[in-house]
Formats: sequence, structure tokens, C-alpha cells
Amino acid sequence: MRRILIALSALFAMAATAEAAEIKIGVMVGFTGPIESLAPDIAAGAELAIKEVNDSKALLGGAAVTPVRGDTTCVDSAAATAAAERLITSDRVNAIVGGDCSGVTTAMLQNVAMPNGTVMISPSATSPALSTLEDNGLFFRTAPSDARQGQVISEVLKERGVGTIAITYTNNDYGKGLADSVATNFKAMGGTVTIEAAHEDGKGDYAAEVAALAAAGGDVLVVAGYLDQGGKGIIQGALDTGAFETFLLPDGMIGDSLVEAIGADLNGSFGTVPGTDSTGAATFSDMAGAAGFKAGPFTGEAYDAAALILLAMQAAGSADSGKLKDHVMAVANAPGEKIHPGELGKALGIIAGGGDVDYVGASAVELIGQGESAGNYREIAIEDGKIATVRYR
Amino acid sequence: MPPDIANAVVLLGNYVVVPGLAYAAQLALGALGITLVFGILRFANLAHGDLMAFGTMATILATWQLQAWGVGFGPLPTALLALPFGMAAAIAAALAADRLVFRFYRRRRSAPIVFVMASLGVMFVLNGAVRFIVGPDDRQFSDGGRFLVKAREFKQATGLAEGLSIKTTQGITVVVAVIVVALLFRFLQRTRTGKSMRAYSDNEDLALLSGINPERVVLIAWAIAASLAAIAGALYGLDKSFKPFTYFQLLLPMFAAAILGGIGQPVGAIVGAVIVAFSEVTVTYAWTKFLRYLLPEPWHPGGLAQMLSTDYKFAVSFLILVLVLLIRPSGIFRGRVL
Repeated sequence: MRRILIALSALFAMAATAEAAEIKIGVMVGFTGPIESLAPDIAAGAELAIKEVNDSKALLGGAAVTPVRGDTTCVDSAAATAAAERLITSDRVNAIVGGDCSGVTTAMLQNVAMPNGTVMISPSATSPALSTLEDNGLFFRTAPSDARQGQVISEVLKERGVGTIAITYTNNDYGKGLADSVATNFKAMGGTVTIEAAHEDGKGDYAAEVAALAAAGGDVLVVAGYLDQGGKGIIQGALDTGAFETFLLPDGMIGDSLVEAIGADLNGSFGTVPGTDSTGAATFSDMAGAAGFKAGPFTGEAYDAAALILLAMQAAGSADSGKLKDHVMAVANAPGEKIHPGELGKALGIIAGGGDVDYVGASAVELIGQGESAGNYREIAIEDGKIATVRYR
Repeated sequence: MPPDIANAVVLLGNYVVVPGLAYAAQLALGALGITLVFGILRFANLAHGDLMAFGTMATILATWQLQAWGVGFGPLPTALLALPFGMAAAIAAALAADRLVFRFYRRRRSAPIVFVMASLGVMFVLNGAVRFIVGPDDRQFSDGGRFLVKAREFKQATGLAEGLSIKTTQGITVVVAVIVVALLFRFLQRTRTGKSMRAYSDNEDLALLSGINPERVVLIAWAIAASLAAIAGALYGLDKSFKPFTYFQLLLPMFAAAILGGIGQPVGAIVGAVIVAFSEVTVTYAWTKFLRYLLPEPWHPGGLAQMLSTDYKFAVSFLILVLVLLIRPSGIFRGRVL
């Protein structure tokens, strides 16, 4: 009997240590839905950081981190909430990289993450509304607010000598927030906005929407939508009827699938997408290539989101969300040694040794305000069927 | 013609008449199928939208195969060559549904509402099958020349400020729809089978007494309705883009068209489709530019002169449906009452 008890207690002890050493990170993006063509690479970005930390064996005395994927669908708040609920209560993830689109991210945060006290770092939710949302210090984003993107877009338009614009946006938090920000900034710079009209995603036919935009007119059509959805339909319709020839493409519209679908007619259009010319972006791009995916929109931000969670865990000395949330800002910002992609092992070592790090990462992370990226943008232009970088802002 | 009036006419043609006509043709083919099934089988077939999606899916798969073999149709879309395959697949699906589901209820002489609910189940099965086979995504399958008239070239040729563009697919849609409708009417009016179908539709008992085989009439009705569905679906997919969900959404305007024209009346389905299509387009069109061309300066509208936001496009067909059912449930051509 005594022997059995000893054996049992030994077993329990082993089980307990095994549990302590296992950390799970939720990776929640829209694997289905309007940005499904971007989602696999975004998730791969986050998982690359996790793999790097696992290989270094330096996190919390060699803890292994497992990513757990969840589908936000990008548009269906109920589905995203259910997926987050499953990850947090059933898979027991310690923190979440995600969600992707602003509406579902808000729903996940308010319905699941806040009641459970789980940290969320979104790589791509850009709605200005998230800047002021009450979040108990649990929500961060490595993507900048669209309030900033609206300003950048207006500057790009002005510098290209555009005087009047028409705006169409996908009817959700992201589209509306960005459209309003562009309109406000563009008007403040003396430009004219002829129309600001919503479109619904997932329709077969956008002839009526295009007709309304055409009636209002404008030099450039700003399409604050999604590249796999209504945004593409609107552009195709506008080109077919000759309503507009030049389009401004914000971050949700930039991807190779759009260029392939529309073809040569898209040449001459331009846009903005979060990105930097820092050495980190180039390093990350190489790392992504080696890992077998493409460093596209928000992949670097996803890598950074995962990295920040893991570094904050190390700084807190615990994988518990309630403790790590207080360390995210400290590891992201100065002072400390600058950390680029591929140096996560080194950073974990510095933190373990009592030092300080200033995480730069793939997207030149600098968290401001309640914990969102200050915002670096890449101005792009479509030339000869390719997305070419014009400059960084 | 003074340039202002010419511009206004071209503007209207580009944004209202051309897309409206193509849309009307697609709706008409769909509504004809609904009305035929109702005439013969006496129930509102909710699975018609997804039958369209199923036929289109088969057409797309055949198109890809033809493209892989390097078979083209010159300036016309390859999908037209693949259409017979899509029609065959749709007919097979419709007949399978009839054998497995509807025949059972027909033998029990169930109430029409039971058939409607059964068709709802068939709709979900077809819906799932389409997503399972081809996926829920957008599919572009049009090839060949994209435009009959290009907006930019039209402007250069005429010197007008407004351009007119007619897509090849829009032209094909209208031409194919006219041919199909002409063939259908000829079949219903002239052939023995067509006549027996009309007799069966008018009075089932009398038709049975005069020796018409009901199973054969039902079979032919399904075959025609499924062919129409496949053609309508493929044309819609060619003109816009193929996405399973949008075919489900088409159900509402198609039913509105069939009921407005008078259910069970083929002519009514076409008239209804034209009215529904043009109501949707004109009510949500922003008339400001058109009015600016025609009205003297002081009368220019300040806003967009849009009656309803484009978000409410589907509300238009819903409104038509409700109004018809309230005011004249039998529809324009005195069809049956649902």
C-alpha cells in the first residue's frame, strides 16, 4: 500500500510539473471569411515566433509553448466568441494572438477575454474605437489605429494631387472607422469627399453600389473593404462601367489575390499598408521564406504579437495573463537592448538575467496610448501587375 | 441630339438599362422555372436557388476541364460549351430529389405546405453539396472577350462625356435568355407534350381522365425547370461571379417576379422579372448626374437624388412581394394564389 501511495504521489508530481511546463497560446484569425487568403500567413507568423522560443528552450526554464488555432471568421462575432470561449475555457490557453478584424476582436475581448482575464494582442484590428475601449489592461495591438492610417492616406492623396475622392467602405467597425478617418483628414487638408457609402460583403452584384459612387464622382475611389469580398466586386464593377480608373487601397485591400483577379486595369492604383523599412522587416521576410510562408500583410505584426506575449511571460516570471499583462509595454518599449526578429532567444536570456529589452521586431513595434502600435506605413503602387513599394511613412 | 441629352441617355444606359436588362433576363429564367414547377407540381420550390447553384457548379467544373484540354470558344466564354453538362447535372439533381423526396409526398397526396417544407430540406442538401464540392468561395470562370463596348472607347468614338460599356456576358445573357424563352413557349404552345403539360396544369383530374401520364409530365417539368435553373445560374455567374450564397439570395427576387406576374403563368414570370429587376436598379440609383444633364442650372439637385440606399436593394423585391400579395394576390396575369 505504501509503495502504491509513493508511486501515485510521484505520478502526480510528474503530472504537475508537466502541466506547469506547458504553455498554450491561442492563434485566432479568420481562417474562413473575407480575409481568408491572408489568414494562413498571419497565423504562420505568430507560430514562427512560438517555434523560435521553443527552439531556444529559454522561456521560464525551458517551458514548451503550443499554439492552438481558432477561427474568428472575421465577420461573425458569435462564431468568434464561441471559438475564443473554447480556446480559453477548454484548451486553457494562457494568452491569445488575435483576433484579426476589429468587430470580432471587440466581441472576443468583451465577451470572453475580459471575464476570464486573458491577454489578447491583435496583429490586425485597426478600428479607432479599440483605442478607447475599456479593456482592464488586457488588450494590445501591434497594428496601428486607423485614425493614423486615415491621416497617412490623406497625405498620400494630397501629394499625388488628388482633389476629390469618393469613399466606399465595408459595413463594419473596420470599414466605417477607416472611412470616417480618411474623410475627416482629407477634408481638413482641403480636399472634397463626394460620397461616403457603405457596401455589404458577400453579394454577387455591386452594380447598384457602383452606380451610386459613379453618380457622385471623384478623381479617385477609396475602397475601405476586403480584397476577397465586396472590395474586389466594387473595383471590378467600377472598372467595367468606366466609373473610376484609379483606386486607393487601404490595408484590407492589399494582397496578390486582388492584383491577380483584376489584372492590368489595376495598374496605377496605389495604397497604404502597415509596414516599415527597418532591418527587422527584411530579416523577418527571410525567416518567413525559410519557414515556407510569405511575409504579407500583418504577418510581421502577428510574429511581434506572439513575441511580445512570450517576452512578457518571461519578464513576469509567469505564463499567467493576469501577471504578464503588466509587462507587455515594458518589453515593447525603451529602455533596453533592441531586439530584432530571430533574436527572441537572446531577449529571453537578457530578461532572465534581470536586463531590459526594447522589442523592435518585424514591424518596428512602439506601443503608445493604451497599448497600440504608433504606426509605420508602407506606401505602395500597383505597377505592371505587381505591388511595388513607393516609400515608407 | 443636344450633347446634354445624349449624355443623360448614355449615362442611364450604362448604369440602369444595360445592367437592368441582364439582371432581368437572369431573374426571368429563374422565375420561369419556379412558375413551371408550381404549375405542374403545385408547390413553391424553395430549392430552386440552390438548384441554380448546383447547375452552375457543374458548368464551372466542366469549364475548367475544357480549359485544361485547351478547348475554347473564341471570343465567347468557354462556359457556354460546358452549359449542356451543367444542365444535365441540374436535371439529375432535380430528378433525384423528386424520386427520393417529392414522389413520396405526391403519392400520399400531401398538402402543398408539406411539399414546401420538403423543398426547404432539399435546398439545404443541395446547398451543402455545392459547398462541399466546389467550396464557398468566389469563382471566376468567364473567359474570352470581356467587352462588346468599352466605356473608354465609346467616349473616344462619340466625344461624349459619359461612356457606355456592355460586357460580353451581358450581351450573351440577354441573347441566350431570349432564345431559351422562345423555345420554351414554342414547346408549350405547339408540341403535344407541351399541350399535355398545360392541360395537366389547368386541371389535373381532367388531364388524367384524358389519358395523360402524370409521371411523364412531372419528369418533363423537372427537366425543363432544372435546365432553366442551370442556364440562369451559369449566366448570372458569368456576368457577376459565382458564389453559392448569392444564389440563395436570388430566391427572393425570383419569387417576387413569379408572384408579381401571376404564379403558373410563364409570360407573367418574364414581365415580373423585368419589373422587379428595374425596380431594384432604379429605386437605388443615384439620379443626381442624370438630372444635372437634363434640368436647368437652378433646379440641380444638391444631394444624390437617391430614393433608397443601395443597402436596401433586396428590400425592394420584398416590398413588391408584400404589396402584390396584399393588393392582387393572383398577380398581373391572374395566376394561382399561393
